[in-house]
Amino acid sequence: MAISKTEVQHIAELARLQLSEAELAEYAVQLSAVLEYAASLNALDLAGVPPTASVQALHTVLRADVVRPPMERDVLLANAAETAAGCFRVPPAQE
Amino acid sequence: MELTALSLSAAAALLRAGEVSSVQLTEAALQRTAAADGKLHAFLHVDAAGAMLQARAADASFAAWRKDPAGAQPAAVAGLPLAIKDVLCVAGLPATAGSRILQGFIAPYDATAISRLRAAGAVFTGKTNTDEFAMGSSTENSGYGPTRNPFDLARVPGGSSGGSAAAVAARMAYGALGSDTGGSVRQPAALCGLVGLKPTYGRVSRYGLIAYGSSLDQVGPLARSVADVALLLGAIAGHDPLDSTSLNEPVPDYAAALQASSLSGLRVGVPAEYFAAGMQPEVEQAVRAAIEQLRALGALPRPVTLPHTAQALPTYYMIAPAEASANLARFDGVRYGPRVAGGSLWEQVRATRGAGFGAEAKRRIMLGTYALSAGYYDAFYVRAQQARTLIKRDFESVFKDVDVLACATTPTTAFKLGEKVDDPLTMYLSDVFTLAVNLAGLPAISLPCGLDAGGLPIGLQLIGPALSEVRLLQVAQAYEQAAGWQAPQLAV
Repeated sequence: MAISKTEVQHIAELARLQLSEAELAEYAVQLSAVLEYAASLNALDLAGVPPTASVQALHTVLRADVVRPPMERDVLLANAAETAAGCFRVPPAQE
Repeated sequence: MELTALSLSAAAALLRAGEVSSVQLTEAALQRTAAADGKLHAFLHVDAAGAMLQARAADASFAAWRKDPAGAQPAAVAGLPLAIKDVLCVAGLPATAGSRILQGFIAPYDATAISRLRAAGAVFTGKTNTDEFAMGSSTENSGYGPTRNPFDLARVPGGSSGGSAAAVAARMAYGALGSDTGGSVRQPAALCGLVGLKPTYGRVSRYGLIAYGSSLDQVGPLARSVADVALLLGAIAGHDPLDSTSLNEPVPDYAAALQASSLSGLRVGVPAEYFAAGMQPEVEQAVRAAIEQLRALGALPRPVTLPHTAQALPTYYMIAPAEASANLARFDGVRYGPRVAGGSLWEQVRATRGAGFGAEAKRRIMLGTYALSAGYYDAFYVRAQQARTLIKRDFESVFKDVDVLACATTPTTAFKLGEKVDDPLTMYLSDVFTLAVNLAGLPAISLPCGLDAGGLPIGLQLIGPALSEVRLLQVAQAYEQAAGWQAPQLAV
């Protein structure tokens, strides 16, 4: 289950991770090893076995529709690198 | 009296009896931290001033109660100094999750486990080191440098709650909170000679716990005795409207349940797959001796089988990274954490994440992204979820015949710093006996059961069906009292 540096680059792009050349090479080797190990699950007969996403029976939990005071805006903005006019500030997403 | 040597329960009893104050307990813990933590690096942040304020408030509440015994009695954990793993939000304190990508982040609110302890009057002395985002088994993946094992400074304390474990083992705190996604409370407890409990999935709220693998994560206590862990679990367990996966089940009085524990007739399953090749022989011997000790106390050990044990590790290393890759998508330098500025929004996000995440976080984000990506989703992620069903069924089947399972917590005692850090798969094997419990959502406890030839602690793991914490604590305490384990000499 060897994955190439090009594939690693593609996954990094999906994950929005900037990786160095050295990291790309390293992860190609290490991810291949882990994926090869994970491929051992192919030996299992899983026909008809339902997947488990959670150990609990999945159900939607709704809270009462009651208005409560939200957290203070200034408190929530305090950790941001850049803010303006009570908002998080980012560069343009569209050029 | 050396206050820091007191167990949490003993400190609580003296505090209630008025023989010691919270200020004294807290000062002792802070002084011990100042003296020892330079060598251990268990703490990422010590809040001496905040802890002293909490201690004085706790002392005032005891004073008010003594003046008016008919009034409200301070809660069981009131005035007790605790260390908190840095993946839990404590309002006003840094919360980095051991990652550079959260450097400088100040938590704006309390996690529910914290707000419950705060309301009960507990004292928080600081935030403890962890593998980045709780991903690791040694704390070597921390973005702020590793923690060392207090019994041998050349060795790791385990992980990812290694800072919490080292803090309690080295008597810098009387108890601590950690988090356990694949063994991160139990494994460091085993390597540091402590008791550590991973509750049933949903028993403790995850609100304010920085998420790693949301279907696996649980907050759990670490302390120096079973009674201590019972005290802490009682303080943090229970339903929380802020966590839709928290269980709406009554919380037993865990501490009181320890008064009446007999092991007579207790059916103890000994899973053959958990005594696998590659185990350190002394670990196997100590765990088998512990099982014989349970037999001497009236329990009935019998061999059982969990046929899909070998699949737990590959299953976990698909599911946990998949969940992590989604959870860690939020760290983009927009709302919190340092930002690498320049270029377009997406260039900034890529650069921020590339610079902020450490090697293991990146590795798991990549692995998870791969497992969830088009073309591989069915082959890797769905297969792992199906395998998870088989692992869960193994436990359901075995718990029809036995009350608890007994096995080792870890295949070896504490290993050396640097020994496994370049080989992720070997490092992952440290959790080979703990992962399946998280996949099945079960409770499990680790407690010390001996020392290897080098004087390093060995952990016994007891696993039970969902919501069997009372029984696990009872069995653990019966063993603890019979075995009379003593911690080895501290190296600091």
